[in-house]
Amino acid sequence: MPAILSIEALGKQYKSGHKALEGVDLSIERGEIFALLGPNGAGKTTLISIICGTVTRTAGTISVAGHDIDHARREARQRIGLVPQEIALDMFSTVLNTVRFSRGLFGKAPDPAYIEEILRDLSLWDKRNARIMELSGGMKRRVMIAKALSHEPELLFLDEPTAGVDVNLRRDMWALVRKLRERGMTIILTTHYIEEAEEMADRVGVINGGRLLLVEDKDALMRKMGKRQLTLTLQAPLATIPDELAEWSLVLAEDGLRLIYSFDAQAEDTGMPALLHRMSELGIAYRDLDTSRSTLEDIFVNLVEKAA
Amino acid sequence: MSGVNLHGIWAIYRTEMARSIRTVWQSVATPVITTALYFIVFGGAIGSRMSHVGGVGYGAFIVPGLIMLSLLTQSISNASIGIYFPKFTGTMFEILSAPLNAVEAVVGYVGAAATKSVVIGLIILATATFFTDVRILHPVWMVAFLLLTSLTFSLFGFLIGIWAKNFEQLAIIPSLVITPLTFLGGAFYSIDMLPQPWRTVSLFNPVVYLVSGFRWSFYGLGDVGVGASLAFTAGFMALCLIALAWIFRTGWRLKP
Repeated sequence: MPAILSIEALGKQYKSGHKALEGVDLSIERGEIFALLGPNGAGKTTLISIICGTVTRTAGTISVAGHDIDHARREARQRIGLVPQEIALDMFSTVLNTVRFSRGLFGKAPDPAYIEEILRDLSLWDKRNARIMELSGGMKRRVMIAKALSHEPELLFLDEPTAGVDVNLRRDMWALVRKLRERGMTIILTTHYIEEAEEMADRVGVINGGRLLLVEDKDALMRKMGKRQLTLTLQAPLATIPDELAEWSLVLAEDGLRLIYSFDAQAEDTGMPALLHRMSELGIAYRDLDTSRSTLEDIFVNLVEKAA
Repeated sequence: MSGVNLHGIWAIYRTEMARSIRTVWQSVATPVITTALYFIVFGGAIGSRMSHVGGVGYGAFIVPGLIMLSLLTQSISNASIGIYFPKFTGTMFEILSAPLNAVEAVVGYVGAAATKSVVIGLIILATATFFTDVRILHPVWMVAFLLLTSLTFSLFGFLIGIWAKNFEQLAIIPSLVITPLTFLGGAFYSIDMLPQPWRTVSLFNPVVYLVSGFRWSFYGLGDVGVGASLAFTAGFMALCLIALAWIFRTGWRLKP
């Protein structure tokens, strides 16, 4: 079976000469959640918009489930649902009518039972006859999702699904995404909240300056690039780091009260037990110890800075 | 799936018609009141002092022109707002991302706008019968002109809606071009009444051909031949279609 989405050598250059995307290759497997990470203006939304047909591209090919988006437009487009970043709705329409409209637009026969199911899933059924303008911001966002799901797509794009959304709604959104995945939906989301990608994604792509810098399995990325840190709070301050501890390249902080040891999380020998052993030999006592693992955010910042 | 996205066309058509029905009172009351005013002023007050035009009473003479005036302005404004509204609210992304080709989108939007114009044209015709004696010599041709004009100018309105970047631009063509051309296009007089060179100048006004053909279907008299009227309307329609085909191929004003 072909990949649900396959992109080759995609490029977008605006008339002004600005290159929004350059040489993007990407293949998405069925059923995965893929997070596209990048700072503002990196090209995330442009990439999604080109796949969905709302922005023209200047180079490359795209196919959805093996259907070229130019030559088999209908077959490709029908499989895609898009939830854009901005809420854009006909404020005078009712919830039910606007969702029905979307289903029809994508060429599907009416299916009241299915529409009821998605509206119930999104806690919108009670509001089905309300006009959009009467709804809260969170509800409007859910209407956008209901519209995108109305034609039973196989591939769902969520462009910054939780930008400007409160904590509870963000948790709800994550739960919804997981539920959709359980049903076999493939989801591509863009975000600049690393927490979101870390929480949900199977794979992560980092985009900056219109180029896809890396595509990796999230856990592998965390293992590969993640650093761990051991922080020791000492009982008595040290003036300098003793020469006997030089091989660990420690950092002394907070007036000599804190020793920080950074090490590679995936190394066979972390050097941590040996360090603690040597310290007790030297008689350096500590009150507390703490270890931390770098987040996707640290990795991301690191990558973007390196590329810059 | 192949073939035509009938569900998509129907979804657009139905939503557009629903938008008109939401404002049904404005949609119907405006043309009825406007027409009644024209008849009171031109038909009653002034018309009673005017001689017959080509054997037809002045009140009856202006009926086809009045209908044409409304058809043109209504077709343009319905179709242009229909496609401008999604651009304005941002819901255009959905239309652009849907598995819908240009022809299907145009059939949905222009079909709905033309339907509304035809209904309004018929309402004006019905209103006119209360004020004056209206005969229709060629009813089939009358309906044909009604449909052709509504479709053509809805297409033109659709183009304006895509072109317009704001509400001012949306209003500028109907008010600065269409209304003057209609008033000068023989809606209220026969161009035979004009002195030269204005009679010849009028032949360059496209609306003359529309009004003339339509009036011929009522009373069998026109300023220009009915063939010329038909050819002109069809030609203008072809121009609009060519422009639309180009817009959808290039994404002009639709896609960055």
